[in-house]
Amino acid sequence: MNKPTLVTLKVLVWIACLYPVAILTFGAVTNNLGPDPTGNIEFTTGLAALRLLVLSLAITPLRQLWSRLSWLIKFRRLLGLFAFFYASIHLLAYVGLYAYFDPHTMIQDIAKRRFITVGVLAWLLLVPLALTSTTGAIKRLGGKRWNQIHKLVYVSVCLGLLHYWWQVKAGVTTPLGITVVMAVLFLARPTLSWWKTRRSSQPRPA
Amino acid sequence: MLIRKPNALAGSNIPSSEMTPKEKWFNRRSFIAAAAATGAVALSGSQLREILSPTRTVRADSKLQTVKSPLTTTGEELTSLQDITHYNNFYEFGTDKGDPSHNAGGLPTRPWAIKVSGQVKSPKTFDIDSLLKLRPLEDRTYRFRCVEGWSMVIPWVGYSLSELIKECEPLSNAKYVQFLSYFSGKVEKWAPFGYNWPYSEGLRMDEAMNPLTLLTVGLYGDVLPNQDGAPVRIIVPWKYGFKSAKSIVQIKFLDKQPPTTWNDAAPNEYGFYSNVNPNVDHPRWSQKTERRIGQPFYAQRKPTLMFNGYGDQVASLYNGMDLRKNY
Repeated sequence: MNKPTLVTLKVLVWIACLYPVAILTFGAVTNNLGPDPTGNIEFTTGLAALRLLVLSLAITPLRQLWSRLSWLIKFRRLLGLFAFFYASIHLLAYVGLYAYFDPHTMIQDIAKRRFITVGVLAWLLLVPLALTSTTGAIKRLGGKRWNQIHKLVYVSVCLGLLHYWWQVKAGVTTPLGITVVMAVLFLARPTLSWWKTRRSSQPRPA
Repeated sequence: MLIRKPNALAGSNIPSSEMTPKEKWFNRRSFIAAAAATGAVALSGSQLREILSPTRTVRADSKLQTVKSPLTTTGEELTSLQDITHYNNFYEFGTDKGDPSHNAGGLPTRPWAIKVSGQVKSPKTFDIDSLLKLRPLEDRTYRFRCVEGWSMVIPWVGYSLSELIKECEPLSNAKYVQFLSYFSGKVEKWAPFGYNWPYSEGLRMDEAMNPLTLLTVGLYGDVLPNQDGAPVRIIVPWKYGFKSAKSIVQIKFLDKQPPTTWNDAAPNEYGFYSNVNPNVDHPRWSQKTERRIGQPFYAQRKPTLMFNGYGDQVASLYNGMDLRKNY
């Protein structure tokens, strides 16, 4: 991929990633966030975080499937950091708009409400990943250790989905779509590696 | 030869009840203007949907003749008609708050009748028109608190359910009242699986007889919009919103507690009583505070009041009861 194309793509990805927060900011300034602004802020940022995490996890399987897509790796860190950005606004919105910065309320919520417990855990697991996302950190840690640490993203995204399911009422299936996509991505990795080893172990005609 | 002019062409013959009220017309204008302004800068998904398939509150509603009521709640800022009609829980028409305003159009609100049966002198049927004339319709503003943690202030129209119950002539062994909502299986394509339809709710007889419990036929002086439970529902202002059954077609007087839809779906989360109570948390969230719909995001949160602020009128109904157990 040539440089102008890459730059154009990066700009487009930045715009797409900033779109939800731009809409929210515009809505907040014009007092136009819908009937339940607090709920809207929480839902929009939470969903953006989950979607970006899932997108970042789709990159490796896609590269394995089509080697022509290997350039996608250049976007993984960007997507991951934007996911962390939205997860952080999501958490801050809870702290400010739900708990009103009251530590007592927050401690009680985190201890007693399982959907909040797993939500906070999911965010906490993203912190070391965001902190070690720089090129310098990758060099210092070494590729192998860095990879091991960043496997935490799987745990985080699962907790994030659980957080979503536990928040909605019984029978509501809105989290189903993103859960199915995530399940497919989880299954894609072992399936792809199995397929590869099978292909490479088959005898080839001379 | 005399040719009669069709009525519809004679503008002066249109009764005032058929005309769109002025404030609504202006609301619509400002809404369209706001939507256009928003759209010019950025079209979010929901705004795009609103433009492609506009919601159905903009119509010539029929005004209801109402009288004032001493039971009305004062000193609260009313939630806008726009929010009351576009932020609804009416699962038969979809689980998203915006769904009912799009999907409830198919609810056939005329003809309509409520069948009364069970522990009564004799079963009866009340046509909607006779219900509208049974007693003078009162303006009753109430706080409305949803179990999910949000609240509104809504100017309902109706009269005390007790007035209808008197006409039903219940027998002395009628201890509970069950309300069943409309469910045809045809117009409720969006009803999620895993619930017992038709929607069922219930009250203890003394709760149903409390003057605050409102047989509701309108809001903001007009007939109920479909998504708010047209043409007739109950409003029980000291209980979480789901206790206030919508679009009622059957009332049954029973000697024992009826099964209710949300209690069946998740008994540990939605009790039969479900009185608004800041001291008893929902298993998944706190009930100490609430988000007032329509307020800006930094000013939405308010403390939740015991019995939603109606304790003076209803607390005595629960004397000696452990409200932690009977949540």
